[in-house]
Amino acid sequence: MKRQGPIILAFTIGMLMLVQFFTPAAFFKQAYNIILDWKQVVLGFTFILGTWSLIRYHYTKISRRRENWQYSYVTLAGLAATVTAALVWKTATGPYPWLFNNVQVPMQSTMFSLLAFFVASASYRAFRARTFHATLLLIAGALVMLGRVPIGAYLSGSVFGVKISLVEISDWVLNVPNAAAKRGIMIGVGLGMTATAIKIVLGIEQTYLGKTD
Amino acid sequence: MVIAVVAGIAPPTAAVTAPEVDVSDTPYDWGESLTINWIPSGPPDSIDHYEIWRRAGWAMLPAPIGQAHSSSFARIIREAGWHLAGTASATDTVFIDSGLSSDSSYVYLVAAYGKRSIRISQPTRPARPRRQYLDTRHTNILLATILFISAVVFFVERARRGANLFIRRIAGLEAIEEAVGRATEMGRPILYVPGLEAMDEVATVAAIDILGQVAKKAGEYGTRLLVPNRDPIVMAVAQQVVRESFSAVGKPHMFRSQDVFYVTFSQFGFAAAVAGLMMRERPATNFFMGRFYAESLVLAETGNATGAIQIAGTDADAQLPFFISACDYTLIGEELYAGSVYLSRQPLLLGALKAQDYAKALIIGAVFGVVLLYLISPEIAELVRKAFG
Repeated sequence: MKRQGPIILAFTIGMLMLVQFFTPAAFFKQAYNIILDWKQVVLGFTFILGTWSLIRYHYTKISRRRENWQYSYVTLAGLAATVTAALVWKTATGPYPWLFNNVQVPMQSTMFSLLAFFVASASYRAFRARTFHATLLLIAGALVMLGRVPIGAYLSGSVFGVKISLVEISDWVLNVPNAAAKRGIMIGVGLGMTATAIKIVLGIEQTYLGKTD
Repeated sequence: MVIAVVAGIAPPTAAVTAPEVDVSDTPYDWGESLTINWIPSGPPDSIDHYEIWRRAGWAMLPAPIGQAHSSSFARIIREAGWHLAGTASATDTVFIDSGLSSDSSYVYLVAAYGKRSIRISQPTRPARPRRQYLDTRHTNILLATILFISAVVFFVERARRGANLFIRRIAGLEAIEEAVGRATEMGRPILYVPGLEAMDEVATVAAIDILGQVAKKAGEYGTRLLVPNRDPIVMAVAQQVVRESFSAVGKPHMFRSQDVFYVTFSQFGFAAAVAGLMMRERPATNFFMGRFYAESLVLAETGNATGAIQIAGTDADAQLPFFISACDYTLIGEELYAGSVYLSRQPLLLGALKAQDYAKALIIGAVFGVVLLYLISPEIAELVRKAFG
C-alpha cells in the first residue's frame, strides 16, 4: 500500500487533469481550481521542510568543523535576521524591505552580471575554429551578432546581383535554420513530456516514488 | 427586431438608432452564460455606453417606457422585472452574461445611451444556456492524445510479451557509468542538480528518474552523491529516491540526508551556492538535469573551471547552447525524458519510449506531407490546416 497509494492517487489526479482539459463541466473545473489552491497551501508548508533542511545542513557543518564552517554562521545569522525582521517589523516597512533591497537584490544582480564573463569564456571555447562544425558556428555567430548591432544595418553586399544586408542575413539565420532546429527540439520535448506524463498516470514509471528496478 | 424609443431630454445630435440585438448560447461552457450581440446604434463618438438588461422567461417591452426619460428609464424597467446584466463601452458589440442557470430562459434588451438620448432595442427571443460536454476546440488534441496513449499501451504490451525493442545509442547516457567511475577513482563526490523547477514540471520528474539510476551507480561504486535543491518538495522526493537507490544496491548506510539538501528558492542565490559547493568540494562529476534558466552557464562554466566531467540534460532550448559549449555531454530535449528508460532498460518503459519514436515519425511524415500538399494544391492544404485547427 505504501507504493500503491501514491500510484492510485497519481492515476486519479492525472485522469482528472486530463479530462478537465477536454470538458467544460463545472465539477472538473472546480476540482482543478481546488487542486491548484491546495498546491499553494502545500507549497507554503514545504518551506518549513526546506528551512529545517538548511538549518540542519549548516548546523552539521559547524558542529563537525568542516571546511569553511565559519561561513555557515553567516548563513544562519542571515536567516535569523530576515525572519526576525519580518516577524517584528512586518514586511512592508522597516528592516525587512531594507534587507531585501540593499542585500539580496545587489547580491543577485552581482551573480547575474557574472554571466557576461561566463558567456565570453564559453564563446571563446565554442568558437574556436578547430572543426568544420565549429567554423560554421563561428561564421553564423559572427553574422548574427553583426546583424544585431547598429553597424550591421550599414553593412550590405550583393549576391548574384541581389543586394542583401547583414540584418537580413541575421534574421534569416534566426528565423529559418535556427527556428527549424528549435521547433524540432520542441516537438521532441512535447512528445517526451506527454509520454512521461502518461507513464506516470498509468503507473508504468515509478522512479519518482523511489522504485529504481 | 427594432424599436426606436426616443426618450431623450433633448434631440440627438448624431444618427443614433436602436440597437439590433441577438442572443445565442455561449459555446464551450457548462450552460452558465449567454452571448448578446448587437449592431452598433451609430458611430462610437455619438454613443456614451450601452446597458444590457436581462429578464428571466418571456417579456415584452413595458408600455410606459415609450414616454420615459433617461432618468426614469432604469426605474421603469426595473419595476417591470428586468435586471441590469452589465454595461459595455461605445465600441463594444458583444456582451457575455455569465452566472446563469441552464434551467431557465432569458430575454435581453440593449439600451444605447447617446450623448443626449437613449435608444432601446426590442426584447430578444428567449434563449436558454446549453451545457456542452466536450470542448470541441480541443478535438484535434483529444484525437492525438488517444492515438498516442493507444500507441504507448500497444508498445508496452509488446514489451511485456518480450519483443526486442531497439533504442539508438545516446552518448551522454553511455557516459554516466564512466563519469561515476571517474569520481570513484579520484575519491571525490558526484554533484547532481535536478533543475530549478518544482515537482509539477515534467522535466524535474525526468531529472529525478535519472537521479535514481545515477544514485544506484554511485551506491554500487561507494561514491558520495551531493544533491542541492531549489524546491523543498523536490528535495523530499530526491531524498526518498536516493535512499531507495542506495538500499536497492545493498548500501543503505551510504545515505546521508545532509547530502540531499535544500539551498534557497532564489535563482541566483542557488547558482551562487552550487558554484561555491563546486569550488569547495571539487566534485569529479557534475550532472545538470532538468529545467534551467539563465543560471545554467554560471553552473556549467564553474564546473568546467574545476575540471569536472559534466553531463547536462535539459528541455529548455534557450539553455542548450550554454550546456553544449560548457559540458562534455548534453542530453538535448527529449533525450532527457528517455534517460531513465535508457539506463534502467525496463521493458515496460522501453515500450513507452518506442511509442514516442513512432509518434515523432508520424509528425515528421505529417510535416513533409503538408509541405508537399502546399506545393501541389495550396487550397486543399489550407482546408486540411483548418480541419486540424
